[in-house]
Amino acid sequence: MDMKTLPRRRTLSRRILGIGAAVFLGGLAAGCDSGDKKGLTVGFSQIGSESGWRAAETKLARQGAEQRGITLKFSDAQQRQENQIKAVRSFIAQGVDAILLAPVVSSGWDEVLGEAKAANIPVILLDRQIDTPNVDLYLTAVTSDTIEEGRVAGRWLAGKVQGRDCRIVEIQGTVGASLVANRKKGFEEAIATAPNLHLVRTQSGEFTRAKGKEVMEGFLKAEAPGSICAVYAHNDDMMIGAIQAIKEAGLKPGTDILTVSIDGVPDIFKAMADGDANATVELAPDMAPRAYDILLAYRKDHAPPPKWVQTPSKLYEPDTAAAEYARRKDLY
Amino acid sequence: MMGRFVNTRTLPLLATVVVFVLIYAACAAQYPTMLGLRVMGNLLTDNAFLGILAVGMTVVVVAGGIDLSVGAVMGLTTVALARLIEGAGMPPALAFALVLAGGGLFGAGIGAAVHYLKAPAFIVTLTAMFLARGCALLISTDSIPIHNAAYDTLAGAALALPGGGRLTLVAGIMLATFLAGGVLLHGTRFGARVFALGGNAHFAQLMGINTGRTTILVHAFCSLMAALAGIVFSLYTRSGYALTGTGVELDAIAAVVIGGTLLTGGVGGVAGSFIGVLIQGLILTWITFDGTLSSWWTKIAIGTLLFAFIAVQRLILVVSARYGRPGAGPTAPSPSTRPRPSPGAAAPSAP
Repeated sequence: MDMKTLPRRRTLSRRILGIGAAVFLGGLAAGCDSGDKKGLTVGFSQIGSESGWRAAETKLARQGAEQRGITLKFSDAQQRQENQIKAVRSFIAQGVDAILLAPVVSSGWDEVLGEAKAANIPVILLDRQIDTPNVDLYLTAVTSDTIEEGRVAGRWLAGKVQGRDCRIVEIQGTVGASLVANRKKGFEEAIATAPNLHLVRTQSGEFTRAKGKEVMEGFLKAEAPGSICAVYAHNDDMMIGAIQAIKEAGLKPGTDILTVSIDGVPDIFKAMADGDANATVELAPDMAPRAYDILLAYRKDHAPPPKWVQTPSKLYEPDTAAAEYARRKDLY
Repeated sequence: MMGRFVNTRTLPLLATVVVFVLIYAACAAQYPTMLGLRVMGNLLTDNAFLGILAVGMTVVVVAGGIDLSVGAVMGLTTVALARLIEGAGMPPALAFALVLAGGGLFGAGIGAAVHYLKAPAFIVTLTAMFLARGCALLISTDSIPIHNAAYDTLAGAALALPGGGRLTLVAGIMLATFLAGGVLLHGTRFGARVFALGGNAHFAQLMGINTGRTTILVHAFCSLMAALAGIVFSLYTRSGYALTGTGVELDAIAAVVIGGTLLTGGVGGVAGSFIGVLIQGLILTWITFDGTLSSWWTKIAIGTLLFAFIAVQRLILVVSARYGRPGAGPTAPSPSTRPRPSPGAAAPSAP
């Protein structure tokens, strides 16, 4: 029995060591390419990859960095604030030259941005603002005017239906983000001027196609048949889900139910070209390249940029959809 | 002499430590800054809430249960704190006491449901998870910043380490929680009851252990830890948000399993869970340092590690059940009821 025990135990510990060694070697093999530190190193803490728009933002961030000779350290937070805080701390520990942060929620950044400031690393917010009493914590914020996006969508709808009575349903984004509150607010402002427009239902579709479809299915069941005149979604992905739900309910999206959404992802242009969607408000995805240029200018002449750099919010309709789709499809 | 320390119970823990050291060595070889106290301090601070959750989870898992509600309870705690302090103007100390008491009671309710309804802990805690998350979202769907001078002091409190590192208060709370958890599990009668309950609930009852009381206390402790983790998280972000900690219960379970605690109950400890938490943090840090890999590799790495550890644990149990105790032979009792091998048990086989 004793003779048997010895070799067995040895085999076992060897196995464990083997696993350890595999992890070790795997680690070494995976990251051999990171020795050179020429030019600027920028860390980018991205929220996640929940939508096509965000994927495009990430892609442009990578392309823009390459064009400018910037080494980009990219971290996907998988929608979790704690992961973003960890990433920013890691960037600081690594001593990057600047940090880009697309914050998943608006509050809770003071501590970690304070650490970045103490380490003299400028932080540029992308796509979303944060809620802080101390605006010195970041260099600038490159975002669109999210209230204006809602207004543009609302104004378009008011113009489209003219004086006709219209019951509107709204598919919101993930709760808690300032973006969602603003897109809602802007839209409500714009339709408040037209007494014939009524926002009758609103629910969160969490920015995803699947959830957008689910929410629209719920709306179609809850409302009397044929009574919904338009749907407003906080992003195109949810709208694409909603379009599918409308089709499955036997209605024609774009004709029976008008659609307006925000972001300008290729699939919505395709839907518009096919006559399934009516309008989208573009949220320019080239925020990171804009931030790089601000950063490079700041490093050159040390003049602080304005606290808020706005990107344009342009509305697109089906007439240009085919061309816009061709222009964008490789980006996403 | 090795046999004195290497046995069925310690082998999984040793394996965890070896893996941790290897990963750290690999990281440090590539990025020397990762050896610095700054990164170590960050590792403790950034994973403080997860560590505290893992302490509670270890106790539940050792007792043969599981708790899927900890992430939701943590989220609920952060929102409740933000509402109490920011909305109602309550002093933080009172709010802390309230949420801790609430957490403990909530857990006691889970424990009572598990014991008296004879329902699987998986289902009861799943229900509790929905309940807690629902309540949190009902209180507020927005993330609420906390502006309070005392809160800022607590959140910023840290011991400066050389090299720009900081040992923050939240990291300190996490380390203290692990110590307290270790003492509770290995140095008290309650701890012995938890092991007995997890080893074999029926035998534990025959031995005169009040299994109902123990189950309730175990779950109360776990939810108490979840509430503490919520306090720590709200200090960490100085805000409260209902969706905080989504899926974090699974990270905690992963840490516990990687740490060598058996999901079947009766075997384990908090020291391994601590290393399990650090391994997860380390992998994420390394991926961030690299900056070109997708963060989802963390999940793949943790998944692979988990699978490897479960396989190794099973192997250890099978091997030790058949050959582990000299003289016992293949007729040895099943691993879960087998008493701890005497310190010298494996010694004769060592060279």
